[in-house]
Amino acid sequence: MESSTYLLEVENLWKVFVEKDSTLHMEDYLSGSGDVNGQVVAVRDVSFKLKEGEVYVIMGLSGSGKSTLIRCLLRLIEPDYGQIRVKGQDVTAMGLKELTEFRRTQVAMVFQHYGLLPHRTVLENVSFGLKLQGVKHKEREKRALQAIEKVGLLKWTKHYPEHLSGGMQQRVGIARALVQDADLLLLDEPFSGLDPLIRGEMQDELLRLQAELKKTMVFVTHDLNEALRLGDRMAVMKQGLFVQEGTPRDIVMNPADEYVKRFVQNERQVSLLTETAEEKKKVSNLTPLIGGKQGKKAAGSGR
Amino acid sequence: MFPQQFNYHVAPYVKDFVDWLNRACGPAFDAFSNSMRTLILNIDTVLLGVPWWVWIILVTLLAWRLTHNVIKTVLPGILLFTIGMFGLWSIAMETLSLVIVSVLLSLLLGIPAGIAMGVSDRVNAALTPLLDAMQTMPSFVYLIPAMMLFDLGKVPAIVATFIYAVPPVQRLTNLGIRQVSASIQEAAVAFGATPWQLMREVRFPLALPSILAGVNQTTMMALSMVVICAMVAAGGLGEEVLLAVNRIDVGRGFEAGWAIVVLAIIIDRLSQGSVNKWESPRN
Repeated sequence: MESSTYLLEVENLWKVFVEKDSTLHMEDYLSGSGDVNGQVVAVRDVSFKLKEGEVYVIMGLSGSGKSTLIRCLLRLIEPDYGQIRVKGQDVTAMGLKELTEFRRTQVAMVFQHYGLLPHRTVLENVSFGLKLQGVKHKEREKRALQAIEKVGLLKWTKHYPEHLSGGMQQRVGIARALVQDADLLLLDEPFSGLDPLIRGEMQDELLRLQAELKKTMVFVTHDLNEALRLGDRMAVMKQGLFVQEGTPRDIVMNPADEYVKRFVQNERQVSLLTETAEEKKKVSNLTPLIGGKQGKKAAGSGR
Repeated sequence: MFPQQFNYHVAPYVKDFVDWLNRACGPAFDAFSNSMRTLILNIDTVLLGVPWWVWIILVTLLAWRLTHNVIKTVLPGILLFTIGMFGLWSIAMETLSLVIVSVLLSLLLGIPAGIAMGVSDRVNAALTPLLDAMQTMPSFVYLIPAMMLFDLGKVPAIVATFIYAVPPVQRLTNLGIRQVSASIQEAAVAFGATPWQLMREVRFPLALPSILAGVNQTTMMALSMVVICAMVAAGGLGEEVLLAVNRIDVGRGFEAGWAIVVLAIIIDRLSQGSVNKWESPRN
């Protein structure tokens, strides 16, 4: 099966939110006969594939359906149509038991609002997923401590989340995802709630971790800078639709339509401004910006 | 005057129904009555078995643990001492055992029912009007069916107190379960929590402060109802008040009333303190 060369495959995924008194007829949408009143298409016929170790950024403004899409991938929101395959397994066809098992072992998610348990310490929060799996206390703690060490919070294991700053809380969120040992990481605007300095620091940290762990990531953001720094490939989403997909460089240099153009305009201006006259000829070469591989340099500044 | 020809009574039917219920479910009611009576008796024996000064020391120690404030620590002990001073010690213990049994019953049924309401909108819609009715009806009214089904004494008192006292804990459990942040629940589900794990690990512990506030409310309401239950011969401090009222004995009424207030204050402070203690480890 050629499908096994991809870690994640999403095919023709649809999610339509339906108001109480209207019923959903998927055929109408599939035949393209237009949208129905009282129904909102959050994800419209989205397909993409991820190779192992790839970082895929989904970018869009709020309300573009990107958060719905990432939730569909582990069925926190049930998709209405289409297929999701992770390592060849059909996620959309799973029963509740398989789905629970899939969420416990194959995939881990980091949330914008952290979603930490306020009544549990950092250590307990990080080992929470293992506890759900029934892993023994000692083993749980050992693995959790390893993950906490990776995000540099060893001094804080006994503290409760509310004692930590936003950036530290999100480190806990990342550690909690890492401890699962899942190949696929889903990150839903993980750094959007943080102030710019911390955000940059966290991006560095993520790049450093990625260089070490080589996870496959789906990263949702509304911040183009972030998308450019982190993404191997990216998609721009608008009203549920992927309007453009490609490498960050492609998208900045050849925006597909007005929407994408407006998105990347700022970025182009900034990069133009920072170039001196003689470097202008290199403008097309955005690699230092897109880079993402400068993780090594930032590695030490994690803490 | 209301015209005579419209007169119609349901009283005989109600009586017939209760009689039928008594005949049909007699053994079940008897079994319930007996087990309740033994439970009350045992608790009463324990409460009276512990010497008065041990109680005072226990209450004082607990108050110190909870408040670390000299006045708040010494006061409950002194207040408790006055109950004994008025010669009301064993009567107060009788009241306390009634409160304990009815609170236990309320928590045993109220917390699971509240959780069911928190999880299911249907159960919520079905039980909310019932709770409203239980809370709006004057508390005396419960005494009548309780008395008809369980005769006079402590058992109807427990049943009436249960009906009166269960709504707060049930409502606050429901509220607590519903208030748990959606994003925290979502994260737990994303990490593979089953519905049962979600309840045990996330929803219930996060609802606990609200549930404990409900326990406190329920306890206070049980205490006030137990006093009224003297009307069905439940005994305890309420009986003292009732006697004092009948004999227009102001002094005796004051002493009994004082003892009730003291019990209420001590139970409230100590349970409130435990709630705060429970919430504080994070701070």
